[in-house]
This record gives sequence, C-alpha cells and structure tokens, in this order.
Amino acid sequence: MSWLLSLPLFIPFVAGVVSFLLKDGPGGRWASVLGSAAMLVASGALMTTVLREGVVAGQMGGWPAPFGISLVADYLSAVMVVITAITALAVSIYAMADVEARIARLGYHALFQILIAGVAGAFLTGDLFNLYVWFEVMLIASFGLLVMGGSKEQIDGGVKYVALNLVSTILFLTGIGLMYGMTGTLNMADLALIVPTLENQGLVTVVAMMFMVAFGVKAAVFPLFFWLPAAYHTPSFSTSAVFAGLLTKVGVYALIRMFTLVFVGDISFTHEVLLWVACFTMVTGVLGAAAQNDFRKILSFHIVSQIGYMILGLALMTPLAIVGAVFYLVHHIIVKANLFLVAGVASKIAGSTELKRIGGLYATAPLLAVLFLVPAFSLAGFPPLSGFWAKFILVKATLEDGRGFVAFIALAVGALTIFSMTKIWAEAFWSPHPDNQEPKLSTLSKGERRALLMPIAGLAVLTCIIGLFPEPFVQFAEGSAAQLLDSSAYIEAVLGVSE
Amino acid sequence: MEVLLSLVVGALVAAAIYLMLSRDLLRFLFGLILISNAANLSIFVSGRLISGAPPLIEKGQDFPVGEVANALPQALVLTAIVIGFGLFAFALVLTLRAYRSLGTLDTDEMRVAEPKDPS
Amino acid sequence: MKSIILTAGARLLVALLLVFSVFMLLRGHNVPGGGFIGGLIGAVGFVVYAIACGTSEAREALRLAPEKIAMAGLGIALFSGFMAFVMADDPFTGQWLFIGATETDKGLPLSSVLVFDIGVYLVVMGAILTLVFALEEEV
Repeated sequence: MSWLLSLPLFIPFVAGVVSFLLKDGPGGRWASVLGSAAMLVASGALMTTVLREGVVAGQMGGWPAPFGISLVADYLSAVMVVITAITALAVSIYAMADVEARIARLGYHALFQILIAGVAGAFLTGDLFNLYVWFEVMLIASFGLLVMGGSKEQIDGGVKYVALNLVSTILFLTGIGLMYGMTGTLNMADLALIVPTLENQGLVTVVAMMFMVAFGVKAAVFPLFFWLPAAYHTPSFSTSAVFAGLLTKVGVYALIRMFTLVFVGDISFTHEVLLWVACFTMVTGVLGAAAQNDFRKILSFHIVSQIGYMILGLALMTPLAIVGAVFYLVHHIIVKANLFLVAGVASKIAGSTELKRIGGLYATAPLLAVLFLVPAFSLAGFPPLSGFWAKFILVKATLEDGRGFVAFIALAVGALTIFSMTKIWAEAFWSPHPDNQEPKLSTLSKGERRALLMPIAGLAVLTCIIGLFPEPFVQFAEGSAAQLLDSSAYIEAVLGVSE
Repeated sequence: MEVLLSLVVGALVAAAIYLMLSRDLLRFLFGLILISNAANLSIFVSGRLISGAPPLIEKGQDFPVGEVANALPQALVLTAIVIGFGLFAFALVLTLRAYRSLGTLDTDEMRVAEPKDPS
Repeated sequence: MKSIILTAGARLLVALLLVFSVFMLLRGHNVPGGGFIGGLIGAVGFVVYAIACGTSEAREALRLAPEKIAMAGLGIALFSGFMAFVMADDPFTGQWLFIGATETDKGLPLSSVLVFDIGVYLVVMGAILTLVFALEEEV
C-alpha cells in the first residue's frame, strides 16, 4: 500500500532527475512528458484503490504512526493527485513548444517535475511537518521557474512572490512549533484526536488563526493575495498555467484539510472569519480583474476571486457546501490552467497579451476561439459546463444555510466574471487587430501548433465531460465531503484505532 | 529557561518586524532571517528544555538510560534551518539580481511588473 | 584575489577537506557526522579553491557541473529509497547487508542508509557550489 501512495511522488522526482541530466537535448522535455504520463497512471491506480477500499494510509521507512511519516489518501487527496497529474501532463506537452531552448537548457523541465512532486507530496502527506517540507520543495521549484529567463518583469514579480511566500512559510513553521508544544505530535490524525482534549482551547484557536494566515497567503485570499497578480503574468505561459492551476489550490487544500480535521473545535469563530474572508476575496478579485487590460492579469485576478468560492464552501461547513468546495476545486484547476494556456497561444500568434494591442483572433484561429469559450464560460458559470454545477451547488448550500446575502455576492461575482470574459472575447478575438496586422498562424510550425493545441483541447473536453455528466463527479464529491466531515475513517486508516 | 527563551523569541520577532516594515529589500531580508530564527527557537522551546543527556543509546542497550533531551524538535529545527538556508541563499541571489537589473532595492520603486499607469 | 601563499595552500587544503568530508560522511551513522555535514565540508574545499584560483579553475577541478552533481545525488537518494521495494518493505526502509558475518562478528555492515547519505552528500555539495559559484561570478 505504501508503494502505491509514494509512486506519485517517486515518479516526478525520477523524471526530474532524468530530465535534468538530458536537459541539453530534446530528451529533457520528453522525460518530463513521459514522467507526467507515468504519474497519471500511478495516480489513477491510487484512485481506483481509494474508491474500492476507502481511506488508505502507508508509513515511510516502516516506522509506525504517529512516530513515522504517514502518507494518506482519502477521496480528496486522491482526486487532487489525479488532477495534478492531468495538469502536469497537459502543461508538459504544452511546454515542449512554449519553452525556449535557452530556458530548457537551464533545466526548466526538471524543475517543473520537482514542482509537481512538491504539489503531489503536499496532497498526500499525513504529517504536519512533512507538509511544510513539501511546501518548501514546491516553493523552491516555483522560485526557480518564476525567474527563469531573468527579464526585468520576472525579477520584479519574483521579488514580491518570494518575499510574501517566505513570510507565510515562517508563520506556518511557528504554528507547527506551537502545535507541537501543545500536543507533542505532528501527525494529523493524531492531532485530530488530541486537540479536542486540550484544556486550553483558546490557544488552539490562536494557532488555528496562524495556520489560516499562513495557508491564506498560499491560497491568495483577501487581504493576503497581493503577490499573485504581481507575479503570475510575468513568467512563461507554461509556468503561469501550472502555477494558476495548482499552487494556490495547495493552500486551499491545506485549509480544507486542517479546518475539517484538526481545527473544528471553535467553528463559530474560525469559520465565520473564513466566511468573511471568502466574500471579500470573491469581490476584490473580480473587481481587480475588471480594472485590468491584460489577458494574463485579468486571469490572475480571477484566480483570487475563484479561490473565494472554495473558501466559502469550507466556511459554511455543511455537507452540501463541502461538496461544492471539492467540486469547485477540481473544476477550477482544469479551467484556469486551460485559460492560461489559451492566453499563451493567443500571445504567440497575435504578438502580445495586452488586450488593446491584439485582435482578430477569431478570424485567424476559430478553433482557438472555441477552445477559449469553453473554459471562459465554465469559469463564469454557464450551463452546461463544469463551472455551472460548481456554482450551483455552492449557492444552493449558501441559501440552505440561510445566508441570502452571501449567495447574492456569489452570484454577482459570477456576473462580473462574465463581464471580464466578454471583454477578453471582444478585444482579443472579435474586434479587428488595432494595427491592421492580422495575427498569423504561420508563425507557429505544425509541430508547435499540435503541442500547443492538444492539451488545450484535452482540458476543454474534460470541462465539457464534467459539465454534461456531472452525476458521478457530484457523487464522488459527496463521498469526499462525507469523509471530510466525519474524520473517523481517516484516523482509523492512519493510526489503526477508531475514535 | 523556557520563559527566558520565550522572551528571546519575542525580542527577535519584534526586531524582525521592525526590519520587515522597511521599504529596503535587504532590510526586509534581514528581518526574515531574524524571524525564521525566532520560529526555529520556538520549535526548540516547545520540545521542553531539560538538562538531560544527549539522546544517544549506549552500546548493548535498547533504549536510552536516564533523562535524555527530546530529539524530535532538534531534528525538526535542523530540517527547518537547512531549508531556510536554501531559501535565503536563493533570496539573496535574487536580491542581487534585482539590484543589478532594476537599479534599486526600494520596494516602492519596483513597479516594472505592475506599472502605475497601465497602458 | 591572487596570492601565492593562498594558491599553494589551497591545493593542500582542498585535498585535506575532501578526505575529511568523506570521513565525516562515513562515520555519520552512529556518531555526529553524516551526508549533510560531509557535503558542507566538501563544498568548503572547493569554495576555498575558488577563492584562491578563481571560479573557472574550480569548475574545471570539479569536472562536472555542480548542478548536475546535485541532481545525481537526488537520483542516488531516491534509488536508496527504492531499494526497499525489492525486499517488499515500506519506501525508504533501511536495507542491510552484512558481508562476511559470522556468529560473533557482524562483518562489514553495508546499508541503503549509507547510499541515501551519499546522495545527500552530493546534493548538498552540488547545491552549495551552484549558489556560491553563481554569486562569485556575479560579483
């Protein structure tokens, strides 16, 4: 069992090492693609096991929990790892055409794989300190990817990204220290047993807030999101896409994990804070996007606003709301990564990401236009795409909880999202090019076109599938929510004892 | 001993925050180094401080004899120090690159990625 | 900085530090030492050499690019974790081989733990040299 759990971590690491040793030739990028494909197979195997047997756990080095490091996969972890592998595969194919040879020789594809290993590790670990280590693996790799190429913009965005993420890391570490001081353990399942028995519940809430701020920076929630729109539009498009799809979601995942498993003693306070954070995040993100005029900057602000929806689901803490949050998480990774990939192709054939300086894409590349519409409409919540169901479940959960105002905010933010998406559509695809220079497809070779469009089409199809046949996905999310709200299966899988 | 070290942590955090509020990127980095040391110290303190022996097992024994120090927080701190070292080395190189290519370390002037007048 | 004393001394120091680093690596299982410390000491050797003779000569003396050393170390460490797969243990469980073991004597104990430590040694040495060379060449 423990091998099944650790394969999705081993594979990207090995792919990274191989890719680095072959970085000067085409072998580097192929190693990355093959590694992502192998990881998809491994995570698929993990997924089927989890579906069959429920929560599975394994121990590293044969040390029993809670002394050793546990890897745990419940529904949520398993689906996150699968989606990570899907995103990694799509982006690594895309990167074959997107990343210049100069940057590939610096070891781009190897760092990419290490980033994926860090993300998958954060989803699978069952130990708080190990989570910190995976965060750092992810962080170091993302630093490298972000500034690779070394343009002025990248350095500038990189400084802000590095600075704020380091602060969050240190807060997380301090929180871990205090947690250990209170409980004497860092195994999450063990914490779930010990924390409710502590006398000083006030201090637990203080530590909970510390974790909330630390993960909040990673997830880019209000008022801690400033690093995201400062940095995400600067690196190569493949980097943007994988960051947009996965990195903030690791923060959201960590919030969901900690605030459904460990910090459930003072819900009336912590989750009320989360609710307000969610509302402000949705609103500021979408308003920030409305003010932007750059393809990638608009998308960056939309990441922030969409994170708000996921936090909203967590904050309500009802079964239906958690279903919505999990569904939203999965849907959003696919859609957002895809939108950044589209932005990359648009910029390559039209010459810029500034909306005022591009146009006429619909006339030259109607297929790309359609492929943009699928994730864009899904993001805004049009039926019958995946985003519609995600928003529908969340709004329904909000109304059932008797919070009409919050539901109104969620719907209004959805409407403003349509505004931003139509702005991109009108400026970049519909209206003619401002300098009368029609974008040319011929700037891309046939092989490049294939590598760039295949992942976009694949992710778009996935969005449609989730949208048209939501039933199994919703059922899965329901199962996942049931596991999150009743942690006894998780604890039993890790510690071998029931509550 | 715990009280004393807690006070040290407090002093470190206070100094670090003072430094981190500065607009100068280098001062911010120094602040980060101080606060990360404060975090490491707080992990160390949370393992309870006793004047025990090092947690080494004598030859022929199955477990350490007598009162020994708690080894886990030390292992955690060591890991955190190593990771922190790597991160700060990177941040330092980045700061140097930023100074070279942007010509300033004043964070208010770093507006290449987010120009004041979005045109 | 060119100083004949330092250049002449550096050659001796590098050899001494490298030998010492391997010593630290090997004794690390039961006494203070290990891959991390060993890697640091080994890196210091090349850093001294780089200060004395310049980074280009230090790179030449190293023969391999430091980042490749680090990556190879990562590969070795992963491989040591994978050894447990053959014996159907959990990942990273230590595997032991006692060469020439008799009833009374354990023989020469070899373990996958040592392989992991060698990996760590190379990662630390490679990573630190990458950073130091990058900084020195920048200034």
